[in-house]
Amino acid sequence: MTAFGHFKDVHQSFARTGQAPLVAIENISFDLPAGRLATLLGPSGCGKTTFLRIVAGLMSASRGTVRINGRDVTEPHPDFGIVFQQANLMPWRTVLNNVLFPMEILRRRDARAVARAKELLGLVGLAGFEAAYPAELSGGMQQRVALCRALVHRPKLLLMDEPFGALDELTRMEMQDLLLDIRAKTGATVLFVTHSIAEAVYISDVVVVFSKRPAVVADFIPVVLPYPRAAEIRYAAEFTALEHRAGRALGITR
Amino acid sequence: MTLRDLRTAVYPLLGVAAIVVVWQLYVAAFGVSRIVLPGPLEILRATQANWPILMRETWPTFLESVLGFALATAIGIPVAVCVANSRVLNLTLYPLLIATQSVPKVAVAPIILVWFGLGLQSKLVIAFLVAFFPIVVDTATGLRATPTGLLELARSLRASPLQIFLKVQFPAALPFIFAGAKVAVTLAVIGAVIGEFVGSLNGLGNLLLTANSQLDSPLAWAALVWLSLLGIVLFAAVVVAERLTMPWSGPARHSLD
Repeated sequence: MTAFGHFKDVHQSFARTGQAPLVAIENISFDLPAGRLATLLGPSGCGKTTFLRIVAGLMSASRGTVRINGRDVTEPHPDFGIVFQQANLMPWRTVLNNVLFPMEILRRRDARAVARAKELLGLVGLAGFEAAYPAELSGGMQQRVALCRALVHRPKLLLMDEPFGALDELTRMEMQDLLLDIRAKTGATVLFVTHSIAEAVYISDVVVVFSKRPAVVADFIPVVLPYPRAAEIRYAAEFTALEHRAGRALGITR
Repeated sequence: MTLRDLRTAVYPLLGVAAIVVVWQLYVAAFGVSRIVLPGPLEILRATQANWPILMRETWPTFLESVLGFALATAIGIPVAVCVANSRVLNLTLYPLLIATQSVPKVAVAPIILVWFGLGLQSKLVIAFLVAFFPIVVDTATGLRATPTGLLELARSLRASPLQIFLKVQFPAALPFIFAGAKVAVTLAVIGAVIGEFVGSLNGLGNLLLTANSQLDSPLAWAALVWLSLLGIVLFAAVVVAERLTMPWSGPARHSLD
């Protein structure tokens, strides 16, 4: 019995004309148990987004095994929900219709789907904004809508690619709490890409540290902090120790 | 109605009023012949005196422009969809489109008259020809400019090509399509007038030409003003259609751009 998410010797290189192939990911192997939240932490351009895209099925690995829920990933799967760095909302759809977009594509838009969408919007504090257009929302609010959209079809795996990277620090911390809250309520397995050490330690069950390109797993850090987590924990000694360990793995502290 | 709305309505009117006043003063002060340049009041009098004629002649020009524009939209958008989505069709059709666009329409007009006669059809075809290109180019550009993030989102849900087109590409291209339509609708009026100039039995272009040949400059100018009004009204109709189709883009973006 393998874990929910099983990644073994994942390697990715891109052909370049007139040059040696660019190796983005040298070798990544780790397991992601069901219901866990793992962050991929690494410097910019280290291949963590590439890895996430491979897991999402938006791109295939040059070699290696990517298995989710016992199935090799070769193409996107409706059991996945994705949140990108940009909210990627459709300006012509209202908030509610943006959230319902996956249900339309999966041809499951019915009264229950609408109720579920409204419930999610309530959960992220956007009740009353169902009929608003994205242009009327702030960046943080747009990203909340994107989160609802990623969850509306009850995906087993939530993939998040630096979703809070474009937000200001305070909104970012709010969104991290929101993510922990949502995750506790939905029980989804989450793979989360970030380049913020503090963010990685705060939200994760496990931090997978990627080295510089070509990426290998530089460290695999179980985060043993208790739940529910609140902002105070950022100042605890264990928290700082974990940050320090991640920093060492990234090569920025000794 | 806010102060801002009021200003956007009043300032252009003030601009027009200023030109009209200076024009009238110039004509009166220097005693310019009405054949060379009739003053605004003269044109107004000619408009009043020829009201039924102007109304009668507006109709054919209106029909030629609107039908030509409608045909350009009905054919142009599907062609743009083909060009934007198929590399083969893009390579096949685009050079042809550019070639037809570079042929001067005034030069083609006599040939079209030979083919379609002096009636409505020939003007409709010329209006269609001039309106077609901006619709195709802008629609194709819009379809190709779909944000990659949205395409990726659709792909991650395994949306079918038809779903991607209907739910992502096409709505994302609407602002471009309307930008093309705004250019096309004013061009359609020009196309209709070109057709009427080359050969016709009625229409505002025909009236203008006839009045001019009789040295009835006030009436010619009245027809000219009428033509501009027709263009403005059709343009405004497209703007209204745009607002109704795209309620999500705020009124701030709806300056006449």
